[in-house]
Amino acid sequence: MATKLPKPDELSRIDYTPPKKCWMDTPAELKPGMYCWGAKAKNLNVVGFPNARDWSPAEEDWKLPKEWEGTVLEGIHDRLSKYRSFRLFMDVCVRCGACADKCHFYIGTGDPKNMPVLRAELLRSVYRKYFTVPGKLFGGLAGARELTTEVLKEWWYYFFQCTECRRCSVFCPYGIDTAEVTMMGRELLNLLGLNIDWIAGPVANCYKKGNHLGLEPHTIKSSMEFFLDDIDTLTGVKVEPTFNRKGAEILFVTPSVDLFADPGTYTAMGYLMLFHELGLDYTWSTYASEGGNFGVFTSNEMAKRLHYKIYAEAKRLGVKYIIGGECGHMWRLVNQYLDTWHGPADFMEEPVSPITGTKFENAKSTKMVHVIEFTADLIKNGKLKLDPTRNDHLNVTYHDSCNTARGMGLLDEPRYVLKNSCSNFHEMPENTIREQTFCCGSGTGLNASENMELRMRGGIPRANAVKHVHEKYGVNMLTNICAIDRATLKASMDYWVPDVSVAGVHELVGNALIMTGEKERTTDMRGEPLPGKEGDENETV
Amino acid sequence: MKIIFSFFTVVLLVLLAFLGLKIANLYYLFGVIIPYAALAIFIIGFVYRVMKWASSPVPFRIPTTCGQQKSFPWIKQNKIENPSSTWGVIIRMLLEVLAFRSLFRNTKTESRDGKLSYGSDKWLWMAGLAFHWSFLVILIRHFRFFAADVPSVIHLIESLDSFLQIGVPLLYMTDIVLVAAVTFLFIRRVVIPQVNYISLIADYIPLFLILGIAISGILMRYLFKVHLVGVKNFAIGLINFNPVIPEGVGVIFYIHLFLISSLFAYFPFSKLMHAGGVFLSPTRNLANNSRMKRHVNPWDYPVKVHTYEEYEDDFREKMKNVGIPVEKE
Amino acid sequence: MKLYDGGKIIFGLIIFLGLITIPFYFNAGKAVAPPKPKLDTPVIQALAVKECVKPKEIMRAEHMRILDDWRNSVVREDDRQKIVIGGKEFTKSLQNGCLKCHSNKKDFCDKCHTYMAVNPYCWDCHFTPKENKS
Repeated sequence: MATKLPKPDELSRIDYTPPKKCWMDTPAELKPGMYCWGAKAKNLNVVGFPNARDWSPAEEDWKLPKEWEGTVLEGIHDRLSKYRSFRLFMDVCVRCGACADKCHFYIGTGDPKNMPVLRAELLRSVYRKYFTVPGKLFGGLAGARELTTEVLKEWWYYFFQCTECRRCSVFCPYGIDTAEVTMMGRELLNLLGLNIDWIAGPVANCYKKGNHLGLEPHTIKSSMEFFLDDIDTLTGVKVEPTFNRKGAEILFVTPSVDLFADPGTYTAMGYLMLFHELGLDYTWSTYASEGGNFGVFTSNEMAKRLHYKIYAEAKRLGVKYIIGGECGHMWRLVNQYLDTWHGPADFMEEPVSPITGTKFENAKSTKMVHVIEFTADLIKNGKLKLDPTRNDHLNVTYHDSCNTARGMGLLDEPRYVLKNSCSNFHEMPENTIREQTFCCGSGTGLNASENMELRMRGGIPRANAVKHVHEKYGVNMLTNICAIDRATLKASMDYWVPDVSVAGVHELVGNALIMTGEKERTTDMRGEPLPGKEGDENETV
Repeated sequence: MKIIFSFFTVVLLVLLAFLGLKIANLYYLFGVIIPYAALAIFIIGFVYRVMKWASSPVPFRIPTTCGQQKSFPWIKQNKIENPSSTWGVIIRMLLEVLAFRSLFRNTKTESRDGKLSYGSDKWLWMAGLAFHWSFLVILIRHFRFFAADVPSVIHLIESLDSFLQIGVPLLYMTDIVLVAAVTFLFIRRVVIPQVNYISLIADYIPLFLILGIAISGILMRYLFKVHLVGVKNFAIGLINFNPVIPEGVGVIFYIHLFLISSLFAYFPFSKLMHAGGVFLSPTRNLANNSRMKRHVNPWDYPVKVHTYEEYEDDFREKMKNVGIPVEKE
Repeated sequence: MKLYDGGKIIFGLIIFLGLITIPFYFNAGKAVAPPKPKLDTPVIQALAVKECVKPKEIMRAEHMRILDDWRNSVVREDDRQKIVIGGKEFTKSLQNGCLKCHSNKKDFCDKCHTYMAVNPYCWDCHFTPKENKS
């Protein structure tokens, strides 16, 4: 689709006036640039999703299966009895509106159906009609409406305009979590084959090949070799990671996109340098080569199917525990789902840092430690030689990923690591960080290219906060611990705040890390000259 | 439209009680049958709705973490906003239920020249808290109509509530606060375009109903006085299942009673169930400890997976070629 | 209906039901007769026409407001003019008016006030009248 992305000043003119007409009588108008392509049959078939077919959201006919209404209603019934969250959140909302202006998509679009409350009402109205007494008796008067094709299309449009970031849930007096509602909405759509291809493709890849990008084992190894060459050039140190090695103490799992695309690749190099310097007995896996899980953007079952590989591989390789890389939704799942899905992980040991001896008490059941926790502990115990001045050309701020902030609470560890790895650090305004952090605008598999307008709109609040610290303190580096952030914030920064780059925290660690036997570094991983070394560039070989 | 409909629904309730008594003399219906029925609907309905929620499990541990997790001893955990223990959860829930903690965070997003700012906005929190607490105090104060020997705590609440000693009978602060808060909540629903847009009839009806109850109560205290001794005698009769229709109690009392009955009967079918629901909210009432202690999903079932063996079968040669170890040579 | 976390939820429900039904069991079995204020003081009995400043129904509902008005006009406006109703003079005074006839505070005032749990602040300033215990 050759929808032209409007210019930033055009996009930032947002009208928040709701329309005159009641939302129930206003069918969704699918605007190009605001939605993704429909899931292709071949991708759905790989994992056996129902009603696989090629279809286009832009066309009138979505080729819905016969009696799809029954499938949806049965799907709702099933999920109401499985998830208390779903049933409760359908019932208790008082529409106080506290959530309305907390959503980055509402702030960025002004579309009232992007207010979390109304997004949930899209589904709630149908729930009332078929599952509550007042809805059955009084219909529209009780805020109930029939399930029609228009409603279904509206669901599709708006449940794929929610990144399940949970910011609304922080402000809701009953903790209503739109992520739960969107998850259910997407599961229902998935029953009808109505997913988006940007999710269906990675899911199919991940299922068969172990990672979203579909990197095959030899490709993983060869792309890693590029990093190793770069590290060698940069430091003179030869790093030799292992793959699928049995008997390693630790399995390292991280999102595959960091092996593939800048700037995530620099984060991956950071891990490689760090683990090498520690002499860590660890291995990568080409089978469990994905920490992320686009399955969770389709259905709980699919998510469970994809995350199976992590424990299975840990068991096969006989590792003591697992370290997980910087990733957002991966850590929501590791923290809140993995052990429930595939535990108990009693074939592993309670994680202990082999370098510091620290017991990771908080991970004693999942046996999975966040690499940021691992590194923070190293720094605290003085086990790393870091030269933060190597990052002096950077003026750093930190973006909390939605999932690690609101689905875990990993807030101070990354800041501790950062402050030990760089000298210039400035926080963004307090209502935009920590538990109140704003989504990058492209989470939950919405990081496609055909929906760029949606992504840039959803990125407005985050970009705005970055712009603020950029103008106030000269911040030029936006760090984070999420692979999707690294990919999407780059696009968002290029569009909104062009002078700011994006990096994973371990990129800065890698740059600051003084490695045994390394030569004098003159540039950072990106080839940017280090402060004070600007003139030396040409002297290095 | 929705506002007018809701308003007239409550007006209709008032008229119903008024005409029912003035024309049809249905004292027993409005004084005895309806209140009993409403209370029964309330109790049965409330319990049923809670049981219905309880019948759905909480398959995953999904607290919304609003502070630092428990990790190292040298990193200060926010034990309330991100609890890892039962006590933390209890305190978090108490703050949520008693002080509306989450609503206290409320901000107002404003856009000036393309710059966003998030100012603190406590009005909704204040009005919500004022409304709920004054309603509770009023409810407790009414206990004086039901107790033969009124406990001293009720006297205390009553004297605190009226300690300004304005007018006679003494003005209750909670009456004023309740009416003001409900009016505020109504006005914001009307004038804030976004809130207006999301509002349903089900949002206006409780406001009008509660306002109707408060106004009829205040009118009874100051304007259309009823024979209070008779009212109390009647109330005690009701709770002893021996109701006696009192003499000299005006229609305003029955309007007040009918509106309360309506609210009680409406409660279990409505959003007002948030009163029970808030306790069951899985994003608030669970500890964030699922990496320390396994949470079990009662309906967990085995899923189809792609095993390592299948994976190796697909890529064995490629793996061997680059020296990645395989299970089967 | 299978319940999850049933123990905790039922415990909560029982507490809730326990609280909202307090009126039912707090009073259980205590049938209290409504109070009947006594009007048989010697002064009243001696009256030819047993009449207060206003009819009984109005006095029942408005006596507090009448007393308040009197208090305001006497104490704040220094207006001690007597009230004449039907040729009869009444002193705007609690102690020298009302209590002259209703000398039985315990059997008159307190009866209803106690029953209704009302604490009038008359006696914050006024002496509680000494009654003849008979």
